[in-house]
Amino acid sequence: MKLESGLKYSKEHEWVRVAGNKAYIGITDFAQNSLGDIVFVEMPEVGAELASGDTLGVVESVKAASDIYTPVSGTVTKINENLNNSPESINEDPYESWIIALELSDPAELDDLMDEKEYEQFCSKEG
Amino acid sequence: MRNYTSRYIPNTEEQQKSMLETMGMKSLDEIFKDIPEELKLNRALNIPDDMAEYELIKHMQNMASKNANMDDYVCFLGAGAYDHYIPSIIRHMLMRGEFYTAYTPYQPEISQGTLQAIFEYQTMICELTGMDVANASMYDGASAATEAIILACNGKRKNEVVISAALNPEYKKVINTYARFNGFKVIEAAYCNGITDISDLEKKITGDTAAVFIQSPNFFGAIEDLTNAGQIAHKNDIYFIVSVDPISLGILKPPAEYGAHIVVGEGQALGNPMGFGGPYLGFFAVKKELMRKMPGRIVGQTTDVNGKRGFVLTMQTREQHIRREKATSNICTNQALNALTATIYLTVLGKKGLKEVGELCVQKSHYAYDRLLETGKFEAAFTSPFFKEFALKAKNGISIEELNMKLLNDKIIGGYDLGKDFEEMKDGWLVAVTEKRSKEDIDRLVEKVNCL
Repeated sequence: MKLESGLKYSKEHEWVRVAGNKAYIGITDFAQNSLGDIVFVEMPEVGAELASGDTLGVVESVKAASDIYTPVSGTVTKINENLNNSPESINEDPYESWIIALELSDPAELDDLMDEKEYEQFCSKEG
Repeated sequence: MRNYTSRYIPNTEEQQKSMLETMGMKSLDEIFKDIPEELKLNRALNIPDDMAEYELIKHMQNMASKNANMDDYVCFLGAGAYDHYIPSIIRHMLMRGEFYTAYTPYQPEISQGTLQAIFEYQTMICELTGMDVANASMYDGASAATEAIILACNGKRKNEVVISAALNPEYKKVINTYARFNGFKVIEAAYCNGITDISDLEKKITGDTAAVFIQSPNFFGAIEDLTNAGQIAHKNDIYFIVSVDPISLGILKPPAEYGAHIVVGEGQALGNPMGFGGPYLGFFAVKKELMRKMPGRIVGQTTDVNGKRGFVLTMQTREQHIRREKATSNICTNQALNALTATIYLTVLGKKGLKEVGELCVQKSHYAYDRLLETGKFEAAFTSPFFKEFALKAKNGISIEELNMKLLNDKIIGGYDLGKDFEEMKDGWLVAVTEKRSKEDIDRLVEKVNCL
């Protein structure tokens, strides 16, 4: 299982990369591996306001369609349009394939998330 | 009670006994011991004695002959189900064992013929409506209409829909039933001169509106102003849902050309007989952007390991057996046999045939309209253009109910009594005239009306 240091991880298998007051959110290597070949990603509209725990979109693979939850609250500032044409990039490089970018409304929420070591342990228990 | 087990239940008394022993039970009744005594019937069913096959056939024929049927009666009733000609080849093809199933198969890929037939059905629905993707069919026009609204609300994440007051009242009932449990709000836009009042439609749109829903030709048979309704939907960035009579699409522009996002309708007219309670089929088609939110089964074309053309059920991840409570819908089947009927019907008629049926409907219904007005017993309820069905208002206190009873005695099934659904249409008579009605049929109706 691939991990990347410096990212925050959630129990729902999303990752968060913080850049200033912005957070980029994607799904982890563990998540893409369990889903299998991803064929479609449904993303929210730019400007949508999301609270931590809200559904931010849906990842559809050949075997399932799963909701993605935002682990932090904020306003959607960007969506990754590349995923419309090449959703498989999530399988190929999950940590470069961010799905949305948020303007954080409560940065303190980041403290509740795991670092890569904690997340690795969490996954080993889940697996 | 007689012992039917040997005839209809394949396992023997001995096998049943051994199964009961394995379960530690003494009798079949013990299996049902959880059902409270007071709920059990506790007596034999009140059914007649058994009959020989010949007796049974006679008995069934006797009962069936009590029904009025379209061979013996002349039908001017429509209001959602229509008496179009059904080419005899349909019956012969439907009865083939390879096709004879009510459902999409549950182990679909082994039934390539069924999947191909559904694929062709979907293709024809797309060609008819001008849309990009069609599903394998819904239960009927009303359930298709409702699912379109659910899709629109999910797609826009809003919970209101504005429907036309000239929509089929049965569709309204189904929509309102779902609305109650799905939490969306249904608002009606009034009709004026038999078609949706466009300014009222626009007024009823709020920030929570997900879609506007128009039927054309509508319940009164009138052709709606889809150009303006579509523009209003697009201007407000909401979905435009159109319910159509597929027969009308041989001569009327497809809804896609008016900017429809979702097109639905009742498919009975495509080769299916009129039955009390169906089975019918609903068709459902969308623009490509909405295909992943579409309810129901979808057959796709693919290639197998040897590069040969094959068919699969595709995009099943939207469906209930995979996506559980988050599925786009709880429909996980289709009306396979009725959809096959529609496919054969459209194939047999072809583009030219469908156009001819449409033209005959227009000509014959307008002939009937003019002749009925000439009698002086009716006045036109509206002046909007119509396709194959039109509304009249009886003059001089003529009762529609009595009129229809009299006609029935002469083996004519009269028009729909609009007073049943519309308070303001107490003397309203909705008359449908399909291509099956001959000039003699129509003249006979007019003659009977003249004798009132």
